[in-house]
Amino acid sequence: MLTYTKKLKFHEYPFLRGKPSLLGRLDIELTERCNNDCIHCCNNLPEDAPARHREMDTAFLREIVTQAADLGCLSVRFTGGEPLLRDDFAGLYLFTRRLGMQVIVFTNGRLITPELAALFAKYPPGNPVEISVYGMRPESYDAASGRKGAFHEFRRGTGLLQKHGVRFVLKSSVLPPNRADMAEFEEWLQELDVENRRPRYAMNFDLRSRRDDPGKNERIEKLRLSPEETVRVLARSPRYVEEMREFCGKFIGPPGEKLFSCGAGHGACVDAYGRAQMCLPLRDPDTVVDLHKATLKSALEDTFPKLRETRATHPEYLARCARCFLKGLCEQCPAKSWMEHGTLDTPVEYLCDVAHAQARYLGLIKGGEKAWEVGNWRERRTLMMETKGK
Amino acid sequence: MELGLDAICTASEDVVAREIEGELIIVPLAAGIGDAEDDLYTMNETGKAIWGRLDGKRTLRDVSAELAAEFNAPPGEIEKDVLGLAAELARRKMLVVL
Repeated sequence: MLTYTKKLKFHEYPFLRGKPSLLGRLDIELTERCNNDCIHCCNNLPEDAPARHREMDTAFLREIVTQAADLGCLSVRFTGGEPLLRDDFAGLYLFTRRLGMQVIVFTNGRLITPELAALFAKYPPGNPVEISVYGMRPESYDAASGRKGAFHEFRRGTGLLQKHGVRFVLKSSVLPPNRADMAEFEEWLQELDVENRRPRYAMNFDLRSRRDDPGKNERIEKLRLSPEETVRVLARSPRYVEEMREFCGKFIGPPGEKLFSCGAGHGACVDAYGRAQMCLPLRDPDTVVDLHKATLKSALEDTFPKLRETRATHPEYLARCARCFLKGLCEQCPAKSWMEHGTLDTPVEYLCDVAHAQARYLGLIKGGEKAWEVGNWRERRTLMMETKGK
Repeated sequence: MELGLDAICTASEDVVAREIEGELIIVPLAAGIGDAEDDLYTMNETGKAIWGRLDGKRTLRDVSAELAAEFNAPPGEIEKDVLGLAAELARRKMLVVL
């Protein structure tokens, strides 16, 4: 029986203390380079891109991670690009773990070696490794990832994690080359001893977060599922309606003029070049802090709180999004607006359409209704909650 | 394993002790330490005072005597606390008995 110590999960710790640390989790994009060239990716540079020379060096990364630990941070997420492309990944991983923080690794799994799998087994990350799956067979995976032979490397990587007993989760993207693989992916999830067997899909793809490639943006837009297709995929989960009812009961409602109703800026993300961002895709230069000149603490205490007070000025946003009760269901946010339009407050029509399609499916609005014109949204939400379980 | 007051203990290299705003937390680093890889452990004030003295040099008797003097507490009670915490942490492999 414990008497002197209390055991709890990492995510329970802030609740035990009654107040969160200044920084709960730090996201670090170790590189924007990737060994894949996925047809839908918003964020990849070629593996040998010159940007490599501008990336944070090991010493600087260690300094950032140490600052995070000093601020009470409990988790660091390493993402990219493909974070395992960095030669110093294993050292950074162990350094971060030795500071007493959990690590979350986002990877395509292709570069997992026996040595790395053994390291994860000996010093577990504290969170399942998160692996993106681009197909269930060589033809589909390689077509979606833009790399011949990638599928076999990905399967070897997941096999190594299994062999070493490392926990991992899988998530997929619904793309033209792999749409026929969905059932097989879901069967595989059931067979594997993975942390979460529930299928997770990306399908409403983001545009380029650096706003650097209009041609690729056009191609990404063509890969997005239509709003109706999105609902069909979401509704494959038998618990979709029940969960959305619960979610909407808590989180929908007009956001008003304040732009940041999300968690952006409560934590921090660091891009590959040492700039702190309020969230990973929000790269508007007016919202980032250069960590070569300032500290994480100053970004979190001074810059981000001021930015979080930003109010919308775009007339369309004020007329629609600010009054729309589907906020919560809709993914409209400053980062999405930035990627689509280069501003923080321009409505993203595609996301608006997806939210409306979901709302129609859930019975919150009728065909042809615009959610920002609905006055009795509270009654509708209550009605939806009352039908729970029926 | 039964621990006696003559035992000398120190923190395992497979855990990390952190202090967050005055609170001591112990984070398992290696597999097999603690119960699950996503657990952490907080320590009460008594535990924190004891932990800081488990340095691989003092015996548990030395630690108890120091704490009894510092807190002006009955040595018997303090010894019970020190042995209790050490046993608890040793069982979880967070403490190494030298």
